[in-house]
Amino acid sequence: MPRHTLSVLVEDKPGVLARVSSLFSRRGFNIESLAVGPTEVEGVSRMTIVVDVDSLLLEQVTKQLNKLINVLKIVELEPDASVQRAIVMVKVRADANSRSRVLEVINLFRARAVDVSLDAITVEATGTPDKLEALLRMLEPFGIKELVMSGVVALSRGGRSISDRALRPIDRPA
Amino acid sequence: MSSSEQVTGAQSLIRSLEYAGVDVVFGIPGGAILPAYDPLMDSMKVRHILVRHEQAAGHAAEGYAAATGRVGVCMATSGPGATNLVTPIADAHMDSVPMVAITGQVPSSAIGSDAFQEADIRGITMPITKHSYLVTDPGEIPRAVAEAFHLASTGRPGPVLVDVSKDALQAMTTFEWPEEVSLAGYRPVTKPHSKQVREAARMILDAKRPVLYVGGGVIRSDASAQLRGLAELTGIPVVTTLMARGAFPDSHPQHMGMPGMHGSVGAVGALQKSDLIIALGARFDDRVTGKLSTFAPGAAVIHADIDPAEISKNRVADVPIVGDVGEVMAELTAVLSEDMASGKRGDYEEWWKLLDHWRSTYPVGYDLPDDGSLSPQYVISRLGDISGPDAVYAAGVGQHQMWGAQFVKYEKPRTWLNSGGLGTMGYAGPAAMGAKVGLPGTTVWAIDGDGCFQMTNQELVTCTINEIPIKVALINNSSLGMVRQWQTLFYNERYSETDLHSHRLPDFVKLADAYGCHGLRCESADGVDATIEKALSLNDAPVVIDFVVHKDAMVWPMVAAGTSNDDIMVARAMAPSWDRED
Repeated sequence: MPRHTLSVLVEDKPGVLARVSSLFSRRGFNIESLAVGPTEVEGVSRMTIVVDVDSLLLEQVTKQLNKLINVLKIVELEPDASVQRAIVMVKVRADANSRSRVLEVINLFRARAVDVSLDAITVEATGTPDKLEALLRMLEPFGIKELVMSGVVALSRGGRSISDRALRPIDRPA
Repeated sequence: MSSSEQVTGAQSLIRSLEYAGVDVVFGIPGGAILPAYDPLMDSMKVRHILVRHEQAAGHAAEGYAAATGRVGVCMATSGPGATNLVTPIADAHMDSVPMVAITGQVPSSAIGSDAFQEADIRGITMPITKHSYLVTDPGEIPRAVAEAFHLASTGRPGPVLVDVSKDALQAMTTFEWPEEVSLAGYRPVTKPHSKQVREAARMILDAKRPVLYVGGGVIRSDASAQLRGLAELTGIPVVTTLMARGAFPDSHPQHMGMPGMHGSVGAVGALQKSDLIIALGARFDDRVTGKLSTFAPGAAVIHADIDPAEISKNRVADVPIVGDVGEVMAELTAVLSEDMASGKRGDYEEWWKLLDHWRSTYPVGYDLPDDGSLSPQYVISRLGDISGPDAVYAAGVGQHQMWGAQFVKYEKPRTWLNSGGLGTMGYAGPAAMGAKVGLPGTTVWAIDGDGCFQMTNQELVTCTINEIPIKVALINNSSLGMVRQWQTLFYNERYSETDLHSHRLPDFVKLADAYGCHGLRCESADGVDATIEKALSLNDAPVVIDFVVHKDAMVWPMVAAGTSNDDIMVARAMAPSWDRED
């Protein structure tokens, strides 16, 4: 199924993440990745949600999300018209014998070694999910001891902002 | 109308309810909500009706709302009080009933500690409310209440929960009623897109077999007049769903009846064989469509609804129209009038020949029991005829509900109240109570089954003590009738746990008496009219009639669950012939 990236502006209220995630679970939609954080507007958070659904179901997801009172705006970010990044940190087995080969992979992917010990290197990389998957495939043979990956965050290309259309100041109870 | 002075949070809450225009609250006090009940005692505007179980408070608020169009309000304490409201909240959510539920919560310092009578009611009700609030700052009470009423009553109506912590009720605060409510994330579209309306008009005039598929949204939006205008201008047949009974007069020649699992052959056929379905405030529920993939295969769909998420949810719409269904119909009528003035007209003559054939060949009817026992359909039919179209009828869930939808003749909106989406047994009595409180001058019947009735019948005492003289027509077939019907049809007549023995116990006449109601019993057809008339003459207390009816009566027609509307059965092993035989 095709992958869709939704940028969702929400009011920063207690329970808003629970509302969004419970909606996905109740309606049987599958979240592939989710990232939440503050925006340039105070009181407004931005969720980047990646879902694996066909376009008809995507319309339902969007409409149902829009019904949540705390959801302010939803935009689908097309891969070609947006920049999408995730971050991964991965602890790879690397001793004196393999260290240089691990570093070679790291350099190829323009990743960074952020910690090193006698038997391991911790690698940090940002990129599209595809690039990160490719990196992990290359690191796999050395032995991955531990891995953590963020959800995808995304911004549209060009000068326009999805919060352009004045978001009113918000001061309301949760 | 705004004022600002020092009050307790509890006083602020009660004053907020007054400002919101609340005249009645159904509820039960308890620890966490206790502070609110003190100023409530002094309110000259808000009447509180003390029920015997919080579920009934919720259904009463629903009945009040469904009958009057105003927001119904229920109140309960934290923990079990709040969780007892879960069923009516879910019910109101499914049937788009404007309702505000106020619950007390444990003090904010104790939230999350598994304190006595603590339940995360906001979390529990998240998927079954339109929105919900947890208020721990007393200063936020008026705004939360104002927003709750705004949300509950506008757009697609629904239940909103306001959970207030006990310390917020006890603390001092200033009361300031917000003059207007503006929610950045809530802007329901009421005005339809004119391009979509013009496209719909074009399709209507081109169609050969159109049908107006009318749902509960037409009643919630008070749009019966616009519906009649549209129907009469175009001459298109109308079907009214279970939630829309009364939206269009049953006596109207264009009315084909109720579609769905227990709909008339004419109404089911009008949808199934249509080439254009004009869905108005309806949601293509599985009880209407039958097996979705085989539903109305030849029909294009115009779908008008205030909730964009309903459009193309179950059946893809060719022309989606987001807007208030009343405004949509008014605009559609205006555009069609212009088109028709310039000579364009739909030609539905062949369609009507077919519809009339179905209607005359397969009227909704019933057979009288062979053993001379009382027919439940006869009872309900007489009840409607004698009480008339101005009475309000609230039903529970099951066979009696379907017969109530089939055999009472509805002429006006808001006269048929039932739990359509959630199918909540126990709805009828409390809902009738709420309706009677909202419309004290109207005759309000609860048409209830013996199974449903026993889930909430404790509220008879609430009715007696508070002088709410509802009338209960108990269709006592001594069983969970609809489940029994399925066992008859699909489980080889193995009646597992559906015999309630209510022909023997309880004695409903004595039970009525114990609750201070008039108890009547009727066991034969010749006593039906006199008993109903007697009940209508008694208005000093609630009346319960125990109609002891035949237990093997079944609801027909029937589209078995999961099957196609094409396979509707008029009676057991009897399918209609769709084609005309002349």
